[in-house]
Order: sequence, then C-alpha cells, then structure tokens
Amino acid sequence: MTLPDLTPSADTAGGPPPRRGISLRMLAHNKSLTAGAILIFVVLAVGILIPLLKPGQATALHPNASLASPGGSYLIGADQFGRDLLTRVAQGYRISLAVSAGSVALALILGIPIGLVAATGSPLLGGIIMRLLDVLMAFPALLLAIVVVAIFGPGTLVLLLAIGIVYTPIVARVMRAAALETSRDSFVDAARARGASYWRLVFRHIVPNSMGPVIVQASILMGVSVLLEAALSFIGLGVQPPTPSLGLMLSTGRDFMSSSPWVVADPGIAILIMVVGFTLVGDGLRDWLDPRKRAIAR
Amino acid sequence: MITRRLLLTIPILVGTAVIVFLILRLVPGDPAGAILGANATPAQIRQVRIDLGLDRPIWQQFGSWLSGVVRGDFGHDYITNQSITSEMADRLPVTAELAGFAFVLAVVVAVPLGVMAAVRRGGWVDGIVQAISVITIAVPDFVFGILGILLFSLVLGMFPASGFAPLGTSVALNLHSLVLPAVSLALGLAGVLARVTRSAMLDVLHSDYVRFARANGMSAAAVVFKYALRNAAIPIVTVAGLQVGYLLGGTVVVEQLFSIPGVGQLVVQAMLNRNYPVVQTCVLIFVLAFILVNLIADLLYAILNPKIRKAA
Repeated sequence: MTLPDLTPSADTAGGPPPRRGISLRMLAHNKSLTAGAILIFVVLAVGILIPLLKPGQATALHPNASLASPGGSYLIGADQFGRDLLTRVAQGYRISLAVSAGSVALALILGIPIGLVAATGSPLLGGIIMRLLDVLMAFPALLLAIVVVAIFGPGTLVLLLAIGIVYTPIVARVMRAAALETSRDSFVDAARARGASYWRLVFRHIVPNSMGPVIVQASILMGVSVLLEAALSFIGLGVQPPTPSLGLMLSTGRDFMSSSPWVVADPGIAILIMVVGFTLVGDGLRDWLDPRKRAIAR
Repeated sequence: MITRRLLLTIPILVGTAVIVFLILRLVPGDPAGAILGANATPAQIRQVRIDLGLDRPIWQQFGSWLSGVVRGDFGHDYITNQSITSEMADRLPVTAELAGFAFVLAVVVAVPLGVMAAVRRGGWVDGIVQAISVITIAVPDFVFGILGILLFSLVLGMFPASGFAPLGTSVALNLHSLVLPAVSLALGLAGVLARVTRSAMLDVLHSDYVRFARANGMSAAAVVFKYALRNAAIPIVTVAGLQVGYLLGGTVVVEQLFSIPGVGQLVVQAMLNRNYPVVQTCVLIFVLAFILVNLIADLLYAILNPKIRKAA
C-alpha cells in the first residue's frame, strides 16, 4: 500500500506560521481546502445522518432483497444478505472516522510531548529519543500495525491503538523539527531574557507557534489511517464482522462482484471520497500555513 | 557521510531485532500451549517449553535467537514444523519480484509524467497528472486490484484473476500472472512520485543556473534532462526509498487478494494461525529490506551529487 507523504519533510516542518484568522475569503482562494472541506462534510453528513434515518438497517437481513441493484429503496444497492449498502457505508464511515480520529488523537497526545522533550530537553536525551523513533520508523506502517495486532489480537480498539502507535514517531518528529525552528526565533530569546520559566517558554511561546506543521501532518495522517484501517480490515486483522467496515465490505464483496459490481464499487468509492477529502484538506492547510511553498509549488 | 550513515544503521538494526524478538514474548498465552492445542497436559507443556528453550532467562533466549538469525537460521514453523529458512527461500523471491516489478513500473511512468507536468506547468498535462495522482494516492491498492480483476479478468479475460506462475516454469506466464498485482501496487507509488518529481523540478527550474543555461542558448531538452532532472533527483530518490516501506506493506494486502505465495501472504496466514515465529521472521525480513533500500538511496546521493561524493 502506497501512502502520501507520511514522513516529516521540509514542507511540513517549516518555520513558524504567520498567525491568520480563518475567513471565507481565504477559503475562496484556496481551492484544495474548499474541495476537501466539502468532501469531508459529505462524509460526516452521510456518516451521521443516514444511520439515524434508517436505524438498524446496517445489519438487518432481507433475504428477498439479496444483491438488489441500485435504485428504489436501495439507493446504492444491497449486499448478498439484502442489507442496505448505503447504511452499511454510513456505518463504515463512522468506524473509519472513529478509528482515524482516535488514532491521530492518540499519536498527538503521545507524539507532541515526545517531540517537545526531544527539542527542548538535554541533547543526550533528545538523541536517545530520536534513535528510538528511528527504529519505529524503520517498520513499514502496515507491518508495525500487524505487530501491534499480533500482541493484542484483532479488534476495533486494537486497530485504533495500532495506527496511533504507527503515527506517534511521525508526529514526534514533526513536532521536534517545528519546535527547534521556533526556539531559535528572537521572540523566544526575548521571553527568555525577560526571565520566563522553562514551562512558560515551552507552552506560551514555542508550542503555539509550532503547531502549524503538526496540524497539517495530522490532517494527512487522518486520510492515511482510513487507508490503513481499510487494508487491515480487508486482510482480516482489523474490524471483525458483523461490525460494518469499508475494508471488510470489499473483502466479502469480492465473491459477488462479477454479477453485482456495486458490492465492491460502493465501499471503494466511499473510501476514495474520504481519503481525497482529507488529502486535499492537508494540501490546502499546508498552502495556507506556508505561503512560500505555495509560491513555488502551485 | 556514507560511513556515518552505515554506523547509524547499526543501532536501528539492533533495536529492530529487540522489538521483533519481543513480539513473541509479549503475545498473551504460552507458545507451548499454542503448539500443543487445548488438550495438552501440563507435563507435555513443560516438555515443549524445555525443547523450545522457554525455561531459560530471556536474555539467553534473545542471544540464541539472534545468533541463529545471524547464521540464517530462523527457527521452526509451529504448524508445519518446517525450517522457516527454507520457507523464506521459496517465498522471498516471489515478493521481491512483485515489489521490484511494481517499483520499476511506477518510476518509469511517474518520473516522465512529473517532468512533463513541471515543464508545462499550469497546462492540461499538468492538470491531468495532478488530478490522477491525487486519486491514485487516495485509492487503496487492493481497491485497484479488485477493480482490475473485475475489468481485466472477469469482463475482458486478459489476465488471470488470481494465482501465480513461478518464474521457473515460464517467464512469459510468470510476468502475465504478475501484471495486475504489480499495476495495482504501482499506481499509488506512481502518484506520489509524480507529485514529488513535479515539485522538485519546479524548484530547480526556477534556479539561477537553469536560467543561465537557457540564456546561453542551450536546447530545452538539454536543460531539462542534463541540468534540472539531475538536480531534482535527490528528493525523488529520498521519497522513492521511503515509499518502498508502503510498497512492502502493500505486498501483504495484494498477495492476499491475488493468492500470490509470497512473504506477505505468509505473514497474514501466520497471524491468523498464531504462528508467531513465522510472523517474527517475516516482519524482520520486511524491516531489513526497508532499511537496505534506504541505505541504497543514501548511496545514490553520492553518485548523483559530486559534492556529497567529495565530502565522503
């Protein structure tokens, strides 16, 4: 599985972003951000509203509607058990969003302090932390997730934990690079000269001015974790049936796809919309926070 | 710089070995119980624990496992009782061929497209390349695989839907059986590489020496390929090396989808059977491959950039 820039690169670990308010005008100028925000809005709307409108339909069996084609009461078709695919996709979105948001939150909770300590602590401690992160980064993401699943056994919560652990070194590296950059700024020196304590320096000055790259990275990671969740569930090591998951739907749909292609097309397109949404939001945020990059790359 | 890089690899290798070794120890339950099944008597379990060396202190177990690994002895499969080394000898070439095929495909397609997009920035080629790369990055490889099977196997009948013809039987059949899996793996990588190539080329095309070469009357092709691409190569090589990690992860899923008998298929089967020594070995091999590829990427810097070569 090939995933977008997971590694902290020069463009995500740039200098302190200029502070800016979010305005409608900014959205109008930033096509990536607008398009991505619309897609994510659609995903959220489907995920939240559809299961409320059709409660219980994601797992309700209707044998006489087995593999019903799209249209009528089955807007995007039904699976082999006659379960409505639209509500199953919506439930899959809920699981996907919960796993992505949970895993990214976990990575931020663990990664930000680790990165801050590596940047502002003693050089020896920083060096040791970075070498440990190097080891974790040497594991291909899917393999590291498989290792975590091997230890705890498959399941939705373990999936969240596994992806969160995979992301922690990435967040920590981006945080460290951004904090190092910020701590060289003159306003930090000025605060230090005024006699600010270590904690005040870190939390009042360094953290708020280093969050830009971390936020961009978090948005990119949201999209990537949708892919990781789908891949792990697809090979049977993630979400376990009967919980609806987009990856699981693809895996079981394979047996029926020659006669009823919608059983694989629906979850496939659903994943596409979600990941493109998060990727575009990440791109848009990067452009917004780092106008220098926009001037070169766009 | 190269020596330094080689030295930095050593702690990573040791750390990896420790983590991979710990996988088996952190797994809940006793390996001996897993081998013997639910009906084992305590005496049998004790005997198997002694046979496996599980009664010794953990650092001794680590030592003997590591010395085996260094000599190429990965222990025995819990299920088949075969030597894992011989299983790997059968499966590793298959995965290496699949990943290599996909990698070459991605580079051959993506780098020229990225260059074209950068040279004709803002034109229709640029627009198409950018749109396609966003989509190929966002769609998981197994979705491409499923769609490929649907279209090219079930509807058009051009390629087999699953299975693998060993290289030994027929090279043509072998490549034929690998086209769909390799293309599904390559698409995402190609999307990433096209984007990186485009943005690296744009950086370089705006530099003074490119403007100077143009002003000197050098042909457009010579400027792009002799000056710009060579200077844009380092970020492309770096990203390509890092993306090999995702390519290796992708082989796990794609081998599962197409029933290809490689290391990726083995690691999933082994996970589902709680066959932990095999999981351990597969993970170790994937990590070693990833480290090796990135080491090669670093060595390529020296070839691409004379400044780095002289410093070394």
